[in-house]
Amino acid sequence: MMERKIPAPAVNPENKPFFDAAANGKLVLKFCNGCKQYHHYPRAQCPYCFSSDTEWLEATGGGTVYTCSVLRRGVPVPYCIAYVTLEEGVSMLTNIVDCDLDAVKIGMKVKVVFKPTDGGPPVPMFTPA
Amino acid sequence: MHRMSIKGKACLAGVYEHPTRKAENKSVAQLHAEVAKGALEDAGLTKQDVDGYFCAGDAPGLGPLSMADYLGLKLRHLDSTDTGGTSYLIHVAHAAQAIALGKCNVALVTLAGRPRSEGSSGTQPRSWGANLPDAPFEAPYGIVTTNSYAMVAMRHMHEYGTTSEQLAWVKVAASHHAQHNPHAMLREVVTVKDVLDSPMVADPLHRMDCCVVSDGGGALILTRPEIAKSLGRPLVKLIGAGETSKGQAGGNLTLTTSGAAWSGAAAFAEAGVTPADIQYVSIYDSFTITVLVQLEDLGFCKKGEGGRFVADGNLISGTGKLPFNTDGRGLCNNHPGNRGGMTKVIEAVRQLRGEAHPQVQVKNCGLALAQGTGGQLGTRHGSATLIMERG
Repeated sequence: MMERKIPAPAVNPENKPFFDAAANGKLVLKFCNGCKQYHHYPRAQCPYCFSSDTEWLEATGGGTVYTCSVLRRGVPVPYCIAYVTLEEGVSMLTNIVDCDLDAVKIGMKVKVVFKPTDGGPPVPMFTPA
Repeated sequence: MHRMSIKGKACLAGVYEHPTRKAENKSVAQLHAEVAKGALEDAGLTKQDVDGYFCAGDAPGLGPLSMADYLGLKLRHLDSTDTGGTSYLIHVAHAAQAIALGKCNVALVTLAGRPRSEGSSGTQPRSWGANLPDAPFEAPYGIVTTNSYAMVAMRHMHEYGTTSEQLAWVKVAASHHAQHNPHAMLREVVTVKDVLDSPMVADPLHRMDCCVVSDGGGALILTRPEIAKSLGRPLVKLIGAGETSKGQAGGNLTLTTSGAAWSGAAAFAEAGVTPADIQYVSIYDSFTITVLVQLEDLGFCKKGEGGRFVADGNLISGTGKLPFNTDGRGLCNNHPGNRGGMTKVIEAVRQLRGEAHPQVQVKNCGLALAQGTGGQLGTRHGSATLIMERG
């Protein structure tokens, strides 16, 4: 089966640790030591309290599908876009992969996998747990 | 405490919708010029009267600079707020503010685009620049317009039991209106079954749940009530406006609620009216789900009851309780520049003037609402609500 070419993320000084971790097979999240909350996508400065005291913590990699959709028209290969709510509480945009896309449902338990991109670092995606 | 308000401080004195749906032999700037001229003629004003100009990202160049120079405008107020398709509703609100403060007397708002001629559609990624903070966490996953809104529809179905049949009713109502519009791209009346039988684009949205891709544009003229009264056209006053943006909130998603919950509440509070008072609505219809979510958030029905509210022709003018998008709008008529906010305002003004097509004209339409959602409901979007009154 034809695979979708995954565009490389634009790595910058602020987000580089996320993609370095992904290259090592780890999903990391930003946690704010000021207001004790996770957020995603990651920022240097907390979007809740503006504290600059944020740190990268490793996530369990487990989560639940919050919503999903298989794009079928106008693309060479259908793919499933989704938001997954991680065990840490925040939701991230991602793809559900390595499974029957028609069987992906809201509420499904999933776990992180890392997929290579077209000329960039790998990115986290999810597959049924 | 005295609260400053734009209520009744500005009138929509001129509107123009470009009749083209495919402009192969025109430039984008040229379309801007044509709609500007059309709106000025509609108002009975001239280019020399314009002292405020508003445009968004569809206008070529740095903010209003290139367009103001191209159009030959002499300005004392400019604004290029860009929130995607809803920009033009925000421009109306900002123009009213500027007019209320005496910063300009005659404001021109223009929109134009050629996505159909240029081959751009909702299943292709759009580039918004290399420094976007969110793009590295979204672009690799293939987020495009269609699947972004589809995720909202999927979640709405999960939370509230909304069905594809209910969503289809939004398109059915739009098609009932479009049959009377000679300029509409899709004039054929369709059924719920037609929508469900159309190809699946992004689950659960079928092709007929999606708006058209069209070239074209539109323009608006706002001015002080004294000037508007002197022009001899039916008077349309802006009496309430609200604007906001809504995003992913750091990953704490509430995907089935749009910014309309905030911009709508602000507009209703300023106007001093309630949803029950509104006789006609223009609701941004990039997709059927967009309409349903905004109707809920504006308070026309309770959250989660949008599916039942739009079903069985409730949005069809003449038979339904809440006539909407009576020119066929984005789902059937046009979506110039992939930005549908401008045309929402135009049809609301037509209704208030009594100049909509006789088959869809709301009787004695005295109070209308226009609602816009720009960007993507599934990631981050701008929302603006305007409430207008026949003067």
